[in-house]
Amino acid sequence: MPIPASILTLAAGILLALISLWVGQTINVMPVAAADDANTVDALFKVLFSIGVGLLLGMTAMVVVALIHFRRRPGDHLDGPAVEGNLPLEIFWTAVPAIVILIVGVYSYDIYARMGGMADFNHHTTMSPSEVEQISLGNPPDPETVIWGGIDHSKGMAFPVEVTAMQFAFIFHYPQQNFTTAELHLPEGQPVELRLKSNDVIHAFWVPEFRLKQDVIPGQPTLLSFTANRQGSYDIICAELCGPYHGAMRSKVVVEDPQNFEEWLRRHTPATVATAPRSFQAG
Amino acid sequence: MTVHVLPTSENHQEVRHHTPWQEYFGFSLDHKVIGIQYLVTGFFFYLVGGALAGMIRVELITPMSDFMTRDTYNQVLTMHGTIMIFLWIVPVVNGAFGNYLVPFYVGARDMAFPRLNAVAFWMIPPAGLLLVSSYFIGGAAQSGWTAYPPLSITTPAVGQIIWILSVLLLGGSSIFGAVNFIATILKLRQPGLGLFQLPMFCWALLGTSILVVLATPVLAGALILLSMDIVAGTGFFNPALGGNAVVYQHLFWFYSHPAVYIMVLPAFGLVSEILPIHARKPLFGYRSMIYSILGIVFLGLIVWAHHMFTSGTPPWMRLFFTIATAIIAVPTGIKFFNWLATLWQGKLALNSALLFCCGFIFNFVFGGITGVALAQVPFDVHVHDTYFVVAHFHYIVFGGTVFVIFAAIYHWFPKLSGRLLNEHLGRLHCLLSFLGFNICFFPQHWLGLNGMPRRVAEYDPQFQLINQISSVGALVLAISTLPFLINVFWSLWKGQPAGDNPWKACTGEWLTSSPPPVENWLHEAPLVTEPYDYGSTEGTMAVTAMGGRDLWSAGD
Repeated sequence: MPIPASILTLAAGILLALISLWVGQTINVMPVAAADDANTVDALFKVLFSIGVGLLLGMTAMVVVALIHFRRRPGDHLDGPAVEGNLPLEIFWTAVPAIVILIVGVYSYDIYARMGGMADFNHHTTMSPSEVEQISLGNPPDPETVIWGGIDHSKGMAFPVEVTAMQFAFIFHYPQQNFTTAELHLPEGQPVELRLKSNDVIHAFWVPEFRLKQDVIPGQPTLLSFTANRQGSYDIICAELCGPYHGAMRSKVVVEDPQNFEEWLRRHTPATVATAPRSFQAG
Repeated sequence: MTVHVLPTSENHQEVRHHTPWQEYFGFSLDHKVIGIQYLVTGFFFYLVGGALAGMIRVELITPMSDFMTRDTYNQVLTMHGTIMIFLWIVPVVNGAFGNYLVPFYVGARDMAFPRLNAVAFWMIPPAGLLLVSSYFIGGAAQSGWTAYPPLSITTPAVGQIIWILSVLLLGGSSIFGAVNFIATILKLRQPGLGLFQLPMFCWALLGTSILVVLATPVLAGALILLSMDIVAGTGFFNPALGGNAVVYQHLFWFYSHPAVYIMVLPAFGLVSEILPIHARKPLFGYRSMIYSILGIVFLGLIVWAHHMFTSGTPPWMRLFFTIATAIIAVPTGIKFFNWLATLWQGKLALNSALLFCCGFIFNFVFGGITGVALAQVPFDVHVHDTYFVVAHFHYIVFGGTVFVIFAAIYHWFPKLSGRLLNEHLGRLHCLLSFLGFNICFFPQHWLGLNGMPRRVAEYDPQFQLINQISSVGALVLAISTLPFLINVFWSLWKGQPAGDNPWKACTGEWLTSSPPPVENWLHEAPLVTEPYDYGSTEGTMAVTAMGGRDLWSAGD
């Protein structure tokens, strides 16, 4: 007696599930994670990866089996069975993906909210007309009060750095110490808040190891707050086409332990903080 | 089933009309001539766009910008995207196959507005030449096919303005075509042919045309405002003059996301026509296929902001657009499950048309999976504007739609020309395309995840090996075109005569001579109320026992 088809199907399904779980959990295609929320993004990616591998393998296996098993043999001029549909089957393969997608959507949204993506920035519709005018002229009155969007969960407690994007460089200004650098230094394990603005066209601030990217749009200052948690030097990459040298628009972010960071800050802080010109404006 | 035996066309040899070759270069009103004009013009621009893609892949063999200047590189990537979308895929899946097939499917002798149809086609060659010529007069546009301001306002104006003019012409052509399809499908149906008896391709084109009519004018408006920002010094999108750059992105993507469905829905329709014939089974789940097309049309209009998750959008928008985007996978998934069910237990002819369709299923499912991943904001924030996205949309529009275009050419070439294409060369073409495509684009997912942004001429040297593998894939892809071209020219000249209905199909285009006469049928138009009447049940004869052309039923 042959093995019933339902048992074979069940075995194939279990095998498929195990393979896709194994692939999703063990094959790492992401770069090293260097910020607090990077690991949660990676966890989401692993879930998506597992589901994707399972679905792709399953569909491919169906096509390959059909191509081999149901190929037309020479001399066979008959048609296949005249099956026109199967309503319960249609309902099944509508409902299952819909449920999976809703669950994944809620899960990813929860991660995004934890990252600070749902932060309320006093959206620009609530600004007074004078503020709108000032922003349009490229002179934000105070980045703390007029922010167009971004990612923020530090509730104002983070260490601030002002980031200016321009063709074709990023400039970093430390407002509390009042100096400007071409290389971003950040303390390990402390929340930081990047206040981004652009001088010319749209750029995007991207650090793959932080899993964070934020467009920097002229006239629309944005916030990006996060906590770097792994020492090292990582690339800052412009991810939005910004002109001929777009590919060369890169910088470095150095994450160091808080002591070294303080030391670095002290070395760079000008002696006369109070009277120093606001050099980042000129930069 | 009632079968009316028709006089075979051989008896009418003396009246069979062959279109004189000059007509293919003129203002023909014949929908079949116009369809072929679209197809050949589109293929010409496919070769141009492919050459541009080759230049990109050559530049990316090394991490330095050393093959062409940086300005030129940005012009090349802008032209590549614009040509492939507006001059190859959209005109071919809609204009070429739509014009050729829809009148046959509704039982009409031409489109509803033949003159508008010819006008729509003849807007394309000048628009294409204008676009290509801009490279030679002061440089082409170099702000990407998305033309985001303020970059598009600050790059050289001549190229950008020519680009806008060209896209406006192509958009106009697309709208004219869509109006024609809607009128033909709704109003020129033969008496007795209900909407729910139409072949799936008609439904796909109906849905597509609705999208074109609703979304394209928004792009036109945005581009006109953009051109005023460039030449007239207005400040709609220019932050320096009080404009808002993000508004342009909303308007642009309001068209350009539905544009993805404008490119894939007709391809879905073509697959639904091709698979049942070569699997010898009815299309599985006819009604659910229609409802999923309508679902995709509706959802396709409300997902555009997922292209803007990293730009200035308020949080609620990200929630809404995440869910709306991911949920499109449900109606799309229904279509793929139905195609698998159509193949299952069939009698699959492993010919080029069917194999290209199977390649399409693999590639598109892959692209769909990465698409659902991209809809998730936290993940999108990481990979937005990287090679992961480049890989994703090439899996959709190349691995998806272009594979279907080739499947459709292998399937309908016998009807267009009266001769079959060579199957050995065809399967070689399919194999090389599938390998080349996957070698080229699969590694790009990894590049994007690990830090390579898109639209760059120079990159981190650690990515060199993977980029070289990708370039090898592009070379294989380029080579795969050779057996196809040889096949087409050789078969046009010496191919095996196809006869009226080589695939034993049921739909109207096969129930006439190959190529068909000017008015499609010498006899009365057949009334095909069951376009997928394949498959053997008790009491029905096997399809080959009586000959496919006798299979149409003259009203039940």
